[in-house]
Amino acid sequence: MPELIAEVERLSLVIEVGGMPVRVNTSDPGFLGMLQNRYTGFLSDSGQPEIEFDVDLVPPNSANPDADVHVSQRLGLWCLTRGDFRAEWEPAAGRGWIRQSANPYSIDSVLRIVHTLVLARQGGFLLHSASAIRDGKAFLFAGVSGAGKTTISRLAPPDATLLTDEISYVRRQDSGYVAFGTPFTGELAKVGENVSAPVAALYLLAQGPENRIDPIPHPEAARSLLANVLFFAEDEDLVQLAFHSALEFVSRVPVSRLTFVPDARVWELIR
Amino acid sequence: MSRLYVARNPRVAARSLDGEMMIMSGRDSTLFTLNRTATILWQAADGATPLDEIVEHKICPEFDVEPAVALHDAEALARELAGHEILQVSEQPIPPRNAPSGESR
Repeated sequence: MPELIAEVERLSLVIEVGGMPVRVNTSDPGFLGMLQNRYTGFLSDSGQPEIEFDVDLVPPNSANPDADVHVSQRLGLWCLTRGDFRAEWEPAAGRGWIRQSANPYSIDSVLRIVHTLVLARQGGFLLHSASAIRDGKAFLFAGVSGAGKTTISRLAPPDATLLTDEISYVRRQDSGYVAFGTPFTGELAKVGENVSAPVAALYLLAQGPENRIDPIPHPEAARSLLANVLFFAEDEDLVQLAFHSALEFVSRVPVSRLTFVPDARVWELIR
Repeated sequence: MSRLYVARNPRVAARSLDGEMMIMSGRDSTLFTLNRTATILWQAADGATPLDEIVEHKICPEFDVEPAVALHDAEALARELAGHEILQVSEQPIPPRNAPSGESR
């Protein structure tokens, strides 16, 4: 009797953001190529990924990618759902699966969520902010949509290395914090550089008639930071950890308001 | 008249920052900043000390206010904080669970 079960070739790549390698397995060469293009600069040859996802591709449907995300944990298994994807991840096993259509946006969201969950237990976070390295120091520029994240990124001088124009990756390290480049883009649609540096300052962006920096009291800084931290989990323990991480951050990193007119001279203040 | 007891809800995260007590609900991530009176009440809410004793020993010395008025206001405040699930309020002492101090970390 002939062998009826054909072994499906497994294709994979490793996406490493913030020093955390994540292996993605698929059986679809086209999807693999899509990911290789999407995560150029963040692909790794690490043989020991911290997390491994099998992607189960399904036909495209009319599901709404702007639908609410639900992220919950039960008995050590995280369940992530949105209109366009469903995923499960078991941290203890370091494995999970993602069911989505062949597009780069769904898995991008899954990766962002998983990174927030991992970082929350390590004192770090993803932040709605642009970030860049200058003179070996990382600077974060946070603000709501329209506050100027894209503008400050576009105005960055040649000696500044852009880490992201949209989602900053902040990891607790020793007595301080380190910012990493991310492939998570905003309006610039430009992937950040895959480098890192100690965080020197967080600026809360505001556009105004002059370029100036004003210190912000810790409580106000904490409120503003918490308003910009990406957090999806419906989990009391992680909420508490995220709260303490944010307050710890503002206790250790200078937070100021950066008011700027949209021209390159604002970068004369960023050193 | 029965006595009221108040206890910190262990399901919230709390921390003082430059003298401001900040509290986040673990249930829905709502962030609260307590005023001076609420901070005193929060820090003294051990579940064992009756509210009238907290008012007499912790609140009245801080504010120029009649004890009866202070107790009335403190009861209203305690019930408001309980409504936000920041505090627990009971007519019986509340056994400690896992939030023994004024800050959860």
